[in-house]
Order: sequence, then structure tokens, then C-alpha cells
Amino acid sequence: MIYSERKYVIIGIFIVVALAFIARLFYVQVINDSYKLSANNNVLRYLIDYPARGLVYDRNGELLIYNEAAYDLMVTPKQVKVIDTNDLCKVLGITIAQFKKKMLAARIYSPYKESIFEKQIQAETYAKLQEKLYKFPGFFVQSRTLRKYPSSLAAHILGYVGEVTEKKTKANPYYKSGDYIGISGLESSYEIELRGKKGLKVMMVDVFNRPKGHFKDGEYDTLAVTGKNLISSISGRLQKYGEALLKNKTGSIVAIDPTTGEILACVTSPTYDPNLLVGRDRSKNYGALASDPGLPLFNRALRAYYPPGSTFKLINGLIGEQEGVTFRDTRYPCRGGYPVMGGKPKCHAHSSPMDLPGAVATSCNSYFCYVFRSIVDNRKKYRNIVSGFSTWREYVLSFGVGKRIYSDLPQELSGNVPTVEHYNKIFGKNGWKSSTIVSLSIGQGELDITPLQMANIMCIIANRGYYYTPHIIKGIYPSKQCRPEYKQKHFCKVASQHFDNIIDGMQGAVDHGTSTTAKMKDYIVCGKTGTAQNPHGKDHSVFVAFAPRNNPKIVVAVLVENGGWGATWAVPIGSLMIEKYLADSIKRIELETRMLEGIVLPPTQSDRIKANKK
Amino acid sequence: MREQQGIFKNIDWVLVALYLLLVIMGWLNIYASVYNDEHQSVTDFSQKYGKQLVWIVSSIGLAIICLILDGKFYATFSPVIYAISIVSLILVLFLGTEISGSKSWFRIGGFGIQPAEFAKFAANLMLAKYLSNISIKLTDLKTKLMSGIIIGLPILLILVENETGCALVFIAFVFTLYREGLSGNYLWVGFLAILIFILTLIFGKTILFEIIGGVFIFIFFVVKKNKQNVLIIVATTIVSLGGVYSVDYAFDHLESHQKKRINVFLGKEIDVKKAGYNVNQSLIAIGSGGLTGKGYLKGTQTKYDFVPEQSTDFIFCTVGEEWGFVGTSTVLLLLIFLLIRIIFISERQRSTFTRIYGYGVASIIFFHITVNVGMTIGLAPVIGIPLPFFSYGGSSLWSFTVLLFIFIKLDAYRLEILR
Repeated sequence: MIYSERKYVIIGIFIVVALAFIARLFYVQVINDSYKLSANNNVLRYLIDYPARGLVYDRNGELLIYNEAAYDLMVTPKQVKVIDTNDLCKVLGITIAQFKKKMLAARIYSPYKESIFEKQIQAETYAKLQEKLYKFPGFFVQSRTLRKYPSSLAAHILGYVGEVTEKKTKANPYYKSGDYIGISGLESSYEIELRGKKGLKVMMVDVFNRPKGHFKDGEYDTLAVTGKNLISSISGRLQKYGEALLKNKTGSIVAIDPTTGEILACVTSPTYDPNLLVGRDRSKNYGALASDPGLPLFNRALRAYYPPGSTFKLINGLIGEQEGVTFRDTRYPCRGGYPVMGGKPKCHAHSSPMDLPGAVATSCNSYFCYVFRSIVDNRKKYRNIVSGFSTWREYVLSFGVGKRIYSDLPQELSGNVPTVEHYNKIFGKNGWKSSTIVSLSIGQGELDITPLQMANIMCIIANRGYYYTPHIIKGIYPSKQCRPEYKQKHFCKVASQHFDNIIDGMQGAVDHGTSTTAKMKDYIVCGKTGTAQNPHGKDHSVFVAFAPRNNPKIVVAVLVENGGWGATWAVPIGSLMIEKYLADSIKRIELETRMLEGIVLPPTQSDRIKANKK
Repeated sequence: MREQQGIFKNIDWVLVALYLLLVIMGWLNIYASVYNDEHQSVTDFSQKYGKQLVWIVSSIGLAIICLILDGKFYATFSPVIYAISIVSLILVLFLGTEISGSKSWFRIGGFGIQPAEFAKFAANLMLAKYLSNISIKLTDLKTKLMSGIIIGLPILLILVENETGCALVFIAFVFTLYREGLSGNYLWVGFLAILIFILTLIFGKTILFEIIGGVFIFIFFVVKKNKQNVLIIVATTIVSLGGVYSVDYAFDHLESHQKKRINVFLGKEIDVKKAGYNVNQSLIAIGSGGLTGKGYLKGTQTKYDFVPEQSTDFIFCTVGEEWGFVGTSTVLLLLIFLLIRIIFISERQRSTFTRIYGYGVASIIFFHITVNVGMTIGLAPVIGIPLPFFSYGGSSLWSFTVLLFIFIKLDAYRLEILR
């Protein structure tokens, strides 16, 4: 048979092709791994299950922060059919041009994967949309939660939540772009407790991105864990009252329970409604707040520096006692000023000479200049001014001044107590002595203290020598305990037996001295006024106090910018805060009305507010 | 050999077994490729696997008919069958239903029939009939022309129907012709043409001119310079250069999407979204199967429609994804075993008609396997032709069944020919 050997050629070709294919298949299926990865990318979708953020209650169980459902309108461009665009735009309140832009953006992201078309649709819009959604194939709604602040209080303390920054997502792999994170206030400092834990669902999808069930029957799925609820130490009622009292004034009020360090109220004024920084209008509102000349975003209670004024005399008196240079009966002359320096700093009219409690009660400048001098110029103990001053400074720092006290509010600043180096730099080595820095004795000069620190000093005095770090969260669910570090006592360097002389003076100041407005029938209030010198305008009005004298339940520190004498604004406001907290009702209606309606603002701003009222 | 009675007398059970095995494996994979939780009943005729079951049962009926018919019938009626096939190819141009740009289907109820599929065995029968004539020699020009017409007529009609892939299958007959005495040069020329076509597109005109020139000079100095050799070398070179030029020219005048397809196939362009999508998804599905596959009905790429046409032209992807390299190589080896078995049986024939027909069967099946599997693993351009016995589709299963079982019948009949 001719040509029959050609069968071998043909069979050979068959076999060569088969072997080539098998070799190729071996490469594609066994050697090369990249196709397996591509297959997973094709079919697996990692759906994040966002847990609800923890709720925050005040100390009386009232809700301060909760979650409200909001809705993101999602779109899968490939599934969008011809629709009545006009209708959809009307419901959403956007223009056709915006619609087209959003569609284009979604299509560029991916025609098959869903992306956010419209963020954070409010509940009522959602209700309207829900009815019509069947008409818009390709669109669906994904629920998210938005933070809500029902009482509109304490914006700075509670803080706000926003989308995580790119920097943060790189630093912490827990966060993915588009996640929400606490940005300020306790939303930020308790982020880990509040956020809970995200869950993950590994789903399979088909080529049109339609869900096809859980991958491996949910073997890789994890459940979301809801955020922990928190109990704030804030009293919503007191906070609200404080915010009302500071309305149309600039300044702050800090109230603390000295027996625990729990912050009862932390008011800064001007403030804003925390609900403004939620949802779709956030960036717009934020811009408006940021450019407001009153600086409503600025948390004065934690970040504003003031010279403490006369309230600082308390600390100097205590240091003098501890150093053994000042006693209850120590008396110094005052002839309308500090005689040693020719009547400077000046003093107001009062009887003289006075003992320590009397000097506190009348806030004698001269007296505390003597006390300060006797501490830093104590040559029996200290060789020179540097050594004496350094000792004094150590005492001051032990009162929680000039350093951060590490409360659980993230924005807290440290303040300033001048150093030896500082004076050396200004006056030269050996170029300064006690008289050079004598203004420190009455709380002026280079001292910078925040209102929170003022209140903390008051806690130390009320407790006779120690404080608990002030904190805003008194309980974390489920144990309802605060963070352990807030249960530790911090002692100042002055022994407890020295405090009663000063406290006697403070009681005297309220009973018959500089702050008599603060006197109350039912409680012994101990207080001290201050007038913080303000080089830019009218002095700031300061008042610190605690009550009742024995077994104190509340301390307050009040600062009203440009308020003048301590007694003018700060004393009545502080006293009303104490009354509100201890008695829950105000008997001094006339005083209350005057404080609530008072306007203490730079001239331009107060004119505007007065004009608006008319 | 054991004496067998009736229609199963003397039939080659190895081929029958291979056929049944492949068809069953095909059906299992079709079931997997369209499997979903809502339609699990295998006899759901709204689903492809349900329909395929109908096609399989009817194919077995057709196979039995093929075996019942007398062995002499096929040789005798070859011209008639061929004529009917040609007429139906013409009729479908007027009476057929247009499906995605090609008018090649008769629709009857929910089922479609494609005359082009049946043209394969018709042309094969006709070619076998013509070449088995004792006075025929394939070295004669007249024979070549006549063979060319027998094969070319259906090609022409199918091209008019716009079924390019199906028309290309007829090229496979070059193997039959080669076995029957066509010069081996035709195989070489065909090989060279494909090579030049691909190389031109990859490297461009200028470089290829230089390569051919270099090869020409090299061969010219190496081989003995008798008159015939010089003539062949010079002629081959001139034809090659002409080929390069015309490919280049033709490519420049192609539509842009056609250019793109060719470029993607050649690896000059990467375009996973459009032209290269099918091949890329196909490779992902096959590649993700690994050595042993994801398990039956566990394939995600094919089940969730990432691979287009996964029950028809890309059925091999389902095999690759769910059965892995073990599955794909088994299927390939079974198919090649089938081909070799057909060649082996063809060579034992005393009847030239049967032998030629057998080679035709093997050639057609081989061409289908090469292009179909090659396309799914990125070694051949995407030309939509089915994988024999595997792919979903009645016409193709019917046509392959008839093609094969006529051969089985002819083989069973071989002992009676000289009686």
C-alpha cells in the first residue's frame, strides 16, 4: 500500500500538538500561581460589616451621643438601565449635571463594582427614595450610622467623628479608606473602645457582581463587635447650665468632683452645636466655624493659657507653710502696695497687717510678695536665688501646673511655669533676684495655666493635698469602671496639715472678703477670686472655689475673658454652678437672670449681638 | 473475535466506549458550568444540561441508525448526501435565522440545527468516494482541482453564512489528501504560510525581509546547486517575500478591532477588558484549577460566568478549573487516543473509501481539538468552534456522532466487502 508510512507523520503531528498542550497546561495550572490569585480577585468580595459605635451617657444616665441611621445611595453602573433621571435628581436634591458627574465618577471607579453615589442621605429623604427605588435599577441603599448629639451640648468634650485620613490608614492597617474615626474629644481618646471591631464577610460574586453566597460556607467570616458604651462623668444638666451662663461671654468653666477627679462640666465659650459636624454639611459647617472670629472650635478649658492671677496666692501660701517660712500668724505690712519695692505691686484698701487666712480672704498682694520672697530668698536653706527658685518651681509643678496632667481629653495643653534658664536668658546669669520676678507671687508674669489646671489645683486644696487625674469618662461598659490610671491619687508636695489655714482664708473670702456673692446659706463655700492681667484689653475675671468646705463635692474654676474683676462675673457664675450642682435649683433668681443675660465680649462682637436682639 | 449479531456485529467497542466516555464527561461539565442552586434537576429542559441530555439521547438514536444502514449505503449515496448538504447550506442563507451576525441556523422550536456542522461528514463522504476511485491519483492536477472543489464549495457557502470558524475546519482535509498522496510540500507550504503570517505581524515587514534574505543566502550556499534546487529556493523566497508584503498590506487595511484581536493574540498588546478578555478569563479559570482542581461543581470562575461561552466553546475551562491538570491532561489524552485509534483502524481497511473517510474523521476532530483547546489556553486565536463530544450544542454533537458512527459502521462492514 503506497504512502502508508505517512500515517506516522500524521500520528506524530497529533502527538506533538497534544504534548505541547499538556506542557502548556502544566505551566498554567501547576507552575504559575498568578491565575489562582486572579481567580480570587474575580470572585471574592470582602464585605466589611461596620459595627455600631458605642453610645455615651452622662452621669445621670441621659444620652449624650447615639447613632442615627443614615443611608448611602450606592450605584453599580453596569446595572443602571434607562431611568427617569429627573425624578431621581429631584428626590436627592441634585442637578442633572451633578448626576452625570457622579455617574461618570462611579463608572470610572468600576462599571461592575458598587460605589457611593450620594453620601449620608437623611432619614426623610431616604423614606421618599425608598418608595421610588424600584424604578432605578442599579441603585441601592446601604445603611451607615451617623453620630447624633441629642442635647447639642459639650461639643468640645464629645468631639466628632470623620473619615479617616490617608496617613492614618497607612499607620494603622485596621482602618481602610472611607472608614470613620473619632477625630477629637472623647470620640478620639476612646476611639478603640467606641469603634468596636469590624466584621468581615467573604462573599462570592458572579461576573455581574451579583452575590452568590458565602465563600467556603462562611469559614473566613468574622462577626462585627459593637462598640462599648461609655458613661461620662459629665452632668448634662450642669453642662447645659454652664453653657447657658457663658452665653455671649468668652471663657470657660471647669467643674470637677474632687473625691474622684470626675469632670462634672467642662464649658468653653463660644461653643457650637456638635451636630453641625455630622453628615453631609460637615465640611461647609466646619469652614464657617473655623473662620469665626470668636474661635468657637477652640477649646479654652483645655488649651487657653491665662495667668492665674490672685488664685495663685493659695499655692504660694501653701509652699510658704511647707517650707516653714509662713505660719498662720505670720503678718506682713501692706500700705497700698508691697513696701519692699516702693509700693509695687499695688494693693487695694484693706486693714493691715493681716495673718495668713486674712491675707487670703482679702487677697493682699503685699502679703504674698513677702511670702514669695521668704521662700526663694531663704538663705538658711538655699545658697542662692537659683536654688531657692528651683525649689519653689518644683512645688508649683507638683500642683499639676506647667505640665500635662494627662486627662482623657486629647487636646489638653501643658501651660507654663518659667524656668531658671528662662530668667538667665532674659536677665543674664546672676542678673535677677526675688524682686525681679516678684509678680509670680501674685500669679502674674510668665505663668500660663489652663482652666482645667486651675480646677485641678482646687481639687488638691479641697482634698487637702492630692488629686485624681481629672477625667471625662467614669465608666466603660461592661464593667462600668474608669481607666485604672484615674483611680490613683497624686500628692502634691505640701503636707495636708497646712491646708486648713488657706481654706480658712478661702472661706473668709466668701464669707466677708472678695467673693461674698458666692456665699450660700446651706453650704460653706470656699473660694478665691483672681484678676488675670490681659495685655490685649480688659483683664480676665477668675474665680476658683469648692464646696462644701468639709466633705467637698464640687470644685469650680471659672474664667471670663475681659470680665474685669473676679467678683464681677466669675464669682457669681461659679457660685451659681455650685448651687445648681448641690441644690439642683437656683434660689437667687435675680442673680441668675443677670448672669444669663449678661454680655461680655470684645466691643465689636457685643454690638452685633445687641443689635440682633433689637 | 467473538461473533456478534445484528447491528452490533463486528463494531469496534473501543471507539464506542471512548465516545460514550467523552460524551458523559462533556455532559457532567456542562452541568457544572451552568449549575446553580435553583435548578438542580438534571432533566430540567429549560437548562442547557437538560437540553444536552435530549441531544445525547437523540445522538445515540442517530448512532444506531448509522449502524443499521447498510455498509454499501454510504459509498453509494455519498454524492446524494453531499448534494443535500450543499442545498441545505444554500437554503439556510434564505430561510435561516440570524444569530449574532451569522445566518447559519434553522430554528425548530427551542432547538436549532446548523447545516454547516453536517457539511463536514457530507464533504468527507464525498471526498472519500471521489478519491477511492481506482483511476485517481493525487499527483494529477485534475484530481487536485476536483478535491479542491469538493472541499471548497462548502467552505465558500459557510463563509457566506459568516461562520468563519466552521469554514476553517475544512482545512483539516489537507491531512487526508496528504495521506492519499498529496505532496508533503503542501504541508510545508501551509506551515510556512502560517509562520510567515505570524512572524510578519510580530516583527514587521522590514525585519522579516532581512530574515528571509539571510535564510535564502544561507541555504543557497549550503545546498547542492543543481537546477531544481536553485529553482525551489528562489521560488520559495520570492513567494515568501510576496507573502510578507501582502500580509503587511492586508493588516494595514484591516478594521481596527480586527487588528486589535490579532495583536492581542500575538501578545503585542495586552487588553484584558476587551479583545483579550475571553482568553484571560479562560486562563484564569484553567490556571486556578491547579493540579487536581477545585472539585466537581466547586468552580467559581465558570459557574459565575466570568468565562464567556463556558458551556460551548470554552467548556474546556470548566474541566480545567474543577478537575485541574489531572482532568485536562486526561481529556486531552483520551481525545488523542481516540484519534490514534481511528488512524489505526483506518489503516487496517481493505476498502480505500473507508480509509479515506477515517482519515477525514480524524483530521476534522484533530482540527477542532487543536483550535478549541489552543484557544482556551492562549495558544490559538479565538475562533468559535466546539470541542468534539464535550461542548454543549445539538448540531455539533449530532454531526460528530454521525461522523464517527458512519466510520464505525464502515469498519464493522469491512469483513463483508470482499465476500
